Amino acid sequence: MPLSTRHLLGLNGVPREDLQLILDTARTFREVLERPIKKVPTLQGKTIVNLFYEDSTRTRISFELAQKRLSADTINFSTSTSSVKKGETFKDTVRNIEAMKVDMIVVRHKSAGVPQYLTKISRANIINAGDGVHEHPTQGLLDMYSINERIGKLDGLKVCIVGDVAHSRVALSNIYGLKTMGAKVSVCGPSTMIPVGIESLGVKVYHKIEDALRENDVLNVLRIQLERDAGKRIPSVREYHNYFGVTTERIEKYNKDILILHPGPINRGVELSSEAADGPYQVILEQVTNGVAVRMAVLYLLGTMH
Amino acid sequence: MHVHLREPGREDEETVETGCNAAAAGGFTGVACMPNTNPDIDSAEVVRFIKEKAAKHLVDVYPVAAATLARKGEAISPMLELYEAGAVGFSDDGVAIKSAGILRNVLEYSKMIDAPVIEHCEDESLAGGAMNESFTSTILGLPGIPNVAEDLIVIRDIMMAEFTDGRVHIAHISSKNAVDLVRQAKKKGIKVTAEVAPHHFTLTDDMLKTFDTNYKMNPPLRTRDDVDAMIEGLKDGTIDCIASDHAPHSIEEKEMEFIYAPNGILGLETQIGLAISELVKKKHLTLEQLVEKFAVNPRRILKLPVPKIQVGEHANFTIFDPELIWTVEAAKFKSKSKNAPYDKRLLTGKAVAVINKKKMFVDDKMMEI
Repeated sequence: MPLSTRHLLGLNGVPREDLQLILDTARTFREVLERPIKKVPTLQGKTIVNLFYEDSTRTRISFELAQKRLSADTINFSTSTSSVKKGETFKDTVRNIEAMKVDMIVVRHKSAGVPQYLTKISRANIINAGDGVHEHPTQGLLDMYSINERIGKLDGLKVCIVGDVAHSRVALSNIYGLKTMGAKVSVCGPSTMIPVGIESLGVKVYHKIEDALRENDVLNVLRIQLERDAGKRIPSVREYHNYFGVTTERIEKYNKDILILHPGPINRGVELSSEAADGPYQVILEQVTNGVAVRMAVLYLLGTMH
Repeated sequence: MHVHLREPGREDEETVETGCNAAAAGGFTGVACMPNTNPDIDSAEVVRFIKEKAAKHLVDVYPVAAATLARKGEAISPMLELYEAGAVGFSDDGVAIKSAGILRNVLEYSKMIDAPVIEHCEDESLAGGAMNESFTSTILGLPGIPNVAEDLIVIRDIMMAEFTDGRVHIAHISSKNAVDLVRQAKKKGIKVTAEVAPHHFTLTDDMLKTFDTNYKMNPPLRTRDDVDAMIEGLKDGTIDCIASDHAPHSIEEKEMEFIYAPNGILGLETQIGLAISELVKKKHLTLEQLVEKFAVNPRRILKLPVPKIQVGEHANFTIFDPELIWTVEAAKFKSKSKNAPYDKRLLTGKAVAVINKKKMFVDDKMMEI
């Protein structure tokens, strides 16, 4: 059974069957990653461009690794090494790349909507690797995979996203994907970091980390992005940590059964205490490994469609 | 009212001539053009340059000059000289006049010539978004501009108009609260008027779900509540005029990543059709009221003579067919740019001909009469 779409632009509106198919396929590739020879010939002869208009280390490496493990030919394009600095328009860049006969484009961009725009100007399969503060669907999928791997289900689980939800591309993808799979999703953070009307998505809002811990099965703790002006929305990193930080003490006091996720990179001592980041309640490095498997699944499913 | 002719500076987007052609095709015999050109319309030379460019055209062009030098909000422009050269109002359009202190001087100085100060109302510290701030901006992941950014400057300007007894005209009003503020100010007898752009009584921010940059403009498309408030404001007279905010942009500029694309939407050639379809056919306004909003009130605000149709007067009028159903075809616009999201939209009502300065524009052709 193929996916119902030839692009992965976001998790909004993606049907449960598609999500399930991606997660099931990822499980197969997760096993491949444990073998001594971690490569399969599935996408041999396919050309994939990683079009990164914004800095990213782990997402790009994860995609690149996934592509190599599937035997695809991959090219990396980032703004620092491209014609963008010479003033070429996005559309011209994409047309040039397409003229080199590429099959898939993985795109990361500062502006929301760029993956949608790409589908209009390119014939390749488009995978969104993060657009503005809109969506980051493969992160949402790998979070779902990691939760399911540990707890064995998503249906009926209570998951809370903690942090700067308004300026996160991870939050919406998590909300859409998890809700489709039957989980109850909430968010927690200072009110300056909660986006307008988020309740309309059927999401509960917490302003107390203690309540969020007590009433949920999973916390997905977001990075406080000081490089993205997060400092304007909180008085200080110290106050954030004191009121919203996830620490081992809080976990042990309010919910020892909690599962902690974090999309990385961690600000130790800000959203997560160092002890909690390394402690027994988290799956942060598993998320990274699962990320490769999930991206392999998405690339495989889209790349072998006809 | 409120047209961006782009000349001097961005002749690739529009020129005085192509803008005037678009005005004539849209049913207008006069346009007031805004000062955010390059250079800005902040010297008598630029006013004269534009007037000269338009001299032979059927369409009368009335430049609105910058209220402050280079629209920087630091020093007031030479308003008396600008007025004498042909400027009809003053505005730092693109932005609001930076501070209440400078606005005070602009309002007091402009009182000597009784010219309106036309304000783009947007608080700088809340500006910078790519669309209206709402649930829609949350789910699209686009940075928002809240209504209150507009409301704050509207209330500041109303209070400054009251304080100085100057004349403030609120450009492209778009927020529900702002309409209420103008309504109350008018009741108090403060000299404030307002205009609304056709897209703000026609479209809502839901349209941005396609990420089509033709829906990107400032002020942004707001919510259904705001659209309803615009219509209510037009009905009860709070909003005096309909102004196109005709803002041409080249295809290259608009075909861009959403956050980088410039703000602006064409208006001249679709506004009569939109207004008849959305306001007259839906029984919000009568045709007579529509003529007031398009042709009479703008001239009163800018203190221009209102043309009369009678023996002995110069012929200056528009013939329009309020029943004509037509399809918008952006490719056929007279404007040099094509950035309108209305392509292929069916509208009711269209200008058939305009007559002014012994010239007639009919069937896509200009002729002497």
